[in-house]
Amino acid sequence: MIGWLDTIVQGVLLGGLYALFAMGQSLIFGVMRLTNTAHGDFIILAAFGAFSLVLAIGLPPAAAPWVAMGALLPIAFGAGYGLQDPLPSLVVTFGLAIVIQNVLQEVYSADPRSIESGGLNIASVPIGADLAVGTLPLIIFGIAVAMAVAMQWLFDRTAIGRAFRAVSDDRDAAELMGLDHRHIYALATGIAFVLVAIAGTLHGMKTTVSPADGPALLLYAFEAVIIGGMGSFYGTLAGGIILGVTQAIGFRIDPGWGIWAGHVVFLAMLLFRPSGLFPKTR
Amino acid sequence: MNTTAIPFEVSRATRASRAGGAVAVVFVAVLASFPWWADHGWMREFNEMACYLIFAMMWNLLAGYGGMVSIGQQAYLGLGGYALLVMGNFGGVNPFVAVPIAAVLTMLVALPVSKIAFRLQGGYFAIGTWVIAEVFRLSIANVSAVGGGSGTSLTALRGIEKSTRVSVTFWLCLVSAVASVALVYWFLRSRQGLALLAIRDSEIASESQGVNVRATKLGVYLVAAFGAGLAGALYFLGNLRISPDAAFTVNWTAFTIFIVMIGGIGTIEGPIVGVVLFWLLNKYFSEYGTWYLVGLGLLAIVVTIKFPRGLWGYFAHRFDLHFFPVQRRLVLHEPPKD
Repeated sequence: MIGWLDTIVQGVLLGGLYALFAMGQSLIFGVMRLTNTAHGDFIILAAFGAFSLVLAIGLPPAAAPWVAMGALLPIAFGAGYGLQDPLPSLVVTFGLAIVIQNVLQEVYSADPRSIESGGLNIASVPIGADLAVGTLPLIIFGIAVAMAVAMQWLFDRTAIGRAFRAVSDDRDAAELMGLDHRHIYALATGIAFVLVAIAGTLHGMKTTVSPADGPALLLYAFEAVIIGGMGSFYGTLAGGIILGVTQAIGFRIDPGWGIWAGHVVFLAMLLFRPSGLFPKTR
Repeated sequence: MNTTAIPFEVSRATRASRAGGAVAVVFVAVLASFPWWADHGWMREFNEMACYLIFAMMWNLLAGYGGMVSIGQQAYLGLGGYALLVMGNFGGVNPFVAVPIAAVLTMLVALPVSKIAFRLQGGYFAIGTWVIAEVFRLSIANVSAVGGGSGTSLTALRGIEKSTRVSVTFWLCLVSAVASVALVYWFLRSRQGLALLAIRDSEIASESQGVNVRATKLGVYLVAAFGAGLAGALYFLGNLRISPDAAFTVNWTAFTIFIVMIGGIGTIEGPIVGVVLFWLLNKYFSEYGTWYLVGLGLLAIVVTIKFPRGLWGYFAHRFDLHFFPVQRRLVLHEPPKD
């Protein structure tokens, strides 16, 4: 019994990471209505960026990843903002994905790497007598919840969020009201890239990354967004958790079917509730 | 009022299409004689490129004409390959006979799958179809009867003499490639083809004109699945070995997107030009490994942004050259002098 409880808890924590992967995707789709097929590769790129930064700054391993993440955020925002009308089509992002994967492979080789975090990745917090959860997964989950709250607040309560929603609903009408859609798109991409940088760094700290991992992450992120319902960041968080728990249960039953179970739950969702759990936009 | 009716006719052929048709017949005839004199290596290369051509023609029909950009067509390619394997190895069906049956079976699988895939649109359709392909890959990787994750060999061909096997495989590839081009050409010139072009331009407008949007899209999706299954069966017939990672890899679709975008999406000539270019690039640059792939990716990006019509689209537009005219042209004759 405690074994199953453990599986569920691990699944929920894994889901936090998936939700982090998904939030940037959710934002880009929510505002610009475009699908970035290089999303997973951007996460891996960020992970390798953080990996190199950690090596370059030479701080103690307990602090270095966090400093690297902090340094990465403005870079990510700048890069996202600079892309502006970013990714004109699916084919372009798909081409970009192939470029990123192969450049990373050339630079870092195909070996899996992990960001050294001074033992944080193996530390754990005991809960009760027989159950312990990893400290880092717990931190990641906390950050995911915080990000979901922050993004939902940004979307619902701030002027930027209103501009995002306006451009998303009707770009031309928003332009007539004095919004510059290119600036709004650039802001959204910039913020999405910040989320990607956070997700990438944490992913690299939690586990190993290798250059070809991107597509799998893209699929998880996409599934979390659709399960949760488009336009809702709480929905995305819930979608990530559902996906994480499903995969964890699947893995426990048979290691060959874990990922499969996640995909199937997603497809079942499409069949029976195509708009997701908490849809906000159409 | 003195209006003289100007005599006209609706023309569908172009001078290029007539000349091109003659050249194509000669070219195919020369290819068909390959097994008697050509090197085995040439035939293997041709087989591979024929599979890419069939797959690309179908992706082009789906995405370029049907507006359904899928990243998951490898699902049907892999299923075609595995259907061939199961029929040949376990069913005792002659593998050559099994090729078209595999394509039909793949199409049958696509029917229920379309129910899920059609819930999504645009970019989400693209990634959703990719997930579906992954489900097939992971499912088959867990079936130990077909070799699980490491795959298995097509042992059904064991009793067949090598020269027979190579020749028949080559002819099957040639016939299938020609047939797939002809099928797409014929389809686009038919009433359904016209309906499809209307849907691509505006779904709502075509529906209001009485076009059955859903049925037409489903038809195209099924035909594309059939073609992908055919390409897969042929590819693994020539390859003799199949594994889930080789059969269901997204690279199939990645290279195909490259072929179609470079050649010219939404034209029939485009995938043909794209395959020839891909074959040349592959031949001379694939030794550069990762940098070669980086180059392909960059080329696809640049062409998509700067030359969205692709190479063929550019020339066709510039010189009004159409080897496969699907449009109807109004030809006005000189009014008779009185």
